[in-house]
Amino acid sequence: MSGILVVVEITAQGALHRMSLETLAAAQELGRPVSAAVFGAQTGDVAAQLAGYALEKVYALEHPLLDQYTADGATAAVDWLIGRLAPEMVLFPHTYQARDFAPKVATRRGRALVSDVIAIRRDQSGVVLRRQLFQGKLVGDYRPAAGLVFASLQAGAWRADALAAGSAPVEVLTPELEPGMIRQKPEAAFRESARGVDLTAAPLIVAVGRGIKEESNLVLAQELAEALGAELAASRPICDNGWLPMERQVGSSGQTVAPKLYLALGISGAIQHLVGMKGSQCIVAINKDRDAPIFEVADYGIVGDLFEVVPALIDEISRQRG
Amino acid sequence: MKILVALKQVPARDSQFRVNAAAQWIDTTDLSHEINEPDAYALESGLRLKEQHGGEVVVLCAGPESAASAIREALAKGADRAIHVQEENLPGYDSLSLAKLLAEAARAEAADLVLTGLQSDDLGSGQTGVILAELLGLPHATIIMDVEVREDGLRVKRELEDGWFQHVSLPLPAVLTIQSGSSRLRYATLMGIKKAKTKEVRAVTAAGLGVAPETGTLLERVALPDRTKQTVLLEGTPEEQAAQLVEKLKHEVRAL
Repeated sequence: MSGILVVVEITAQGALHRMSLETLAAAQELGRPVSAAVFGAQTGDVAAQLAGYALEKVYALEHPLLDQYTADGATAAVDWLIGRLAPEMVLFPHTYQARDFAPKVATRRGRALVSDVIAIRRDQSGVVLRRQLFQGKLVGDYRPAAGLVFASLQAGAWRADALAAGSAPVEVLTPELEPGMIRQKPEAAFRESARGVDLTAAPLIVAVGRGIKEESNLVLAQELAEALGAELAASRPICDNGWLPMERQVGSSGQTVAPKLYLALGISGAIQHLVGMKGSQCIVAINKDRDAPIFEVADYGIVGDLFEVVPALIDEISRQRG
Repeated sequence: MKILVALKQVPARDSQFRVNAAAQWIDTTDLSHEINEPDAYALESGLRLKEQHGGEVVVLCAGPESAASAIREALAKGADRAIHVQEENLPGYDSLSLAKLLAEAARAEAADLVLTGLQSDDLGSGQTGVILAELLGLPHATIIMDVEVREDGLRVKRELEDGWFQHVSLPLPAVLTIQSGSSRLRYATLMGIKKAKTKEVRAVTAAGLGVAPETGTLLERVALPDRTKQTVLLEGTPEEQAAQLVEKLKHEVRAL
């Protein structure tokens, strides 16, 4: 096979992971034949869904040992398919699952995976993959040596709705797997506790990050949230410190929100946070660092000390409200 | 239990970064450095496991001579000894060749458990632990919040997306990548700092390990990101900035 193989993901709930479609759209943009691979004990529903897109083929890798995801099982199955097809490029969505096994697949093929890619460009001598460095403050262009290219693509860097519809044949294959290959024994996925706060329904959100410095300063963010009638949310470090409950965390390991207003206080904007909020209608960032990546996505920005700006903001809102 | 903790020294998180003259890395002069935060959590997990189960914590660090300060800090926090893979040109290694360097240094130790952070604050590839496991022929699990040692191996708590978690059991020896925030980090004590000075730091080189720097995947160019969105910056005193923002929130965003 010459062309691109996209390894798509089935979630623990049995659905097609939304980022898989973004990765397929990215592959289509490159102007090469694109096939999709999906793996599991039963892949019927997802394979049928994939068959509705403009793809060369959908490879459905089915095996009882793939019933629950394991890094060893996924690696063996995908590596087996790569050996059969010999594609020129293998793309993954940069999900938690891909982070767990894609580097292993690439290593087995003696190649380096370029992870969390935000742009792909072709030139005469091959392909150049762009990814963020230093928490998004810089970007780097990576050029793989000639041969098989492995990359995982960042959430939201391509649009799923750009994926062209069509009709693709499904080929069901049984990869060669042995029970002894799989050393991890996974248990069922669980949630820590029922969520008491549904941030996804909040029209206005005030979110705090590391810049708040101390737990006792949180009261300032709370006052602003109250003045605006907004829900309070946070980036991961705040919840890790136990300053706010985990249910108020926005980002890849927390909730994904798209409110009318997202006001970010002292949040630098690591990609893990941005993926959870960049769909907001209006983003306001208050941060002392002009180079913070949060300003990449902000509509309005205030470069300054939040301990001066927020009290002024609370006063101004109260004045307007009379 | 012998625990190997792979850690990296990185520029401090809040640094102002400048692209170097060759546009192939950053200008590192005047930058202060620290232990990569996720790796600090890996070290913390290693030290706690040693406290519970006995054994030894060995730090494995690849980096220039200046990385010695990160190694000393780890020893001061309680690691027993360290291996310093001295390499001035880390940016010249891709994820695979860097992991080869670590794997060759790790192999002779035959540790029961290899821990590292889930990703680095500088490159953020998030691959080292997984590649290391494959090169060493060991099972692995990633983004680990909690580690329980059992008779037949480990039972770990993995973080999944969207607030989901999962327990996974795997035999030892194994490689784990540790999630930040999984436990509280300790500070080095004065006694620890004093003791660290006498602890063994073994220096090895890439050539000594028989690993040649490879640039299978070349970092060709480093640049500032393109600004895709035009952020309207509100200027003035804090009061003026607040007034402008409230104006926008009221009339444009209609959030008031």
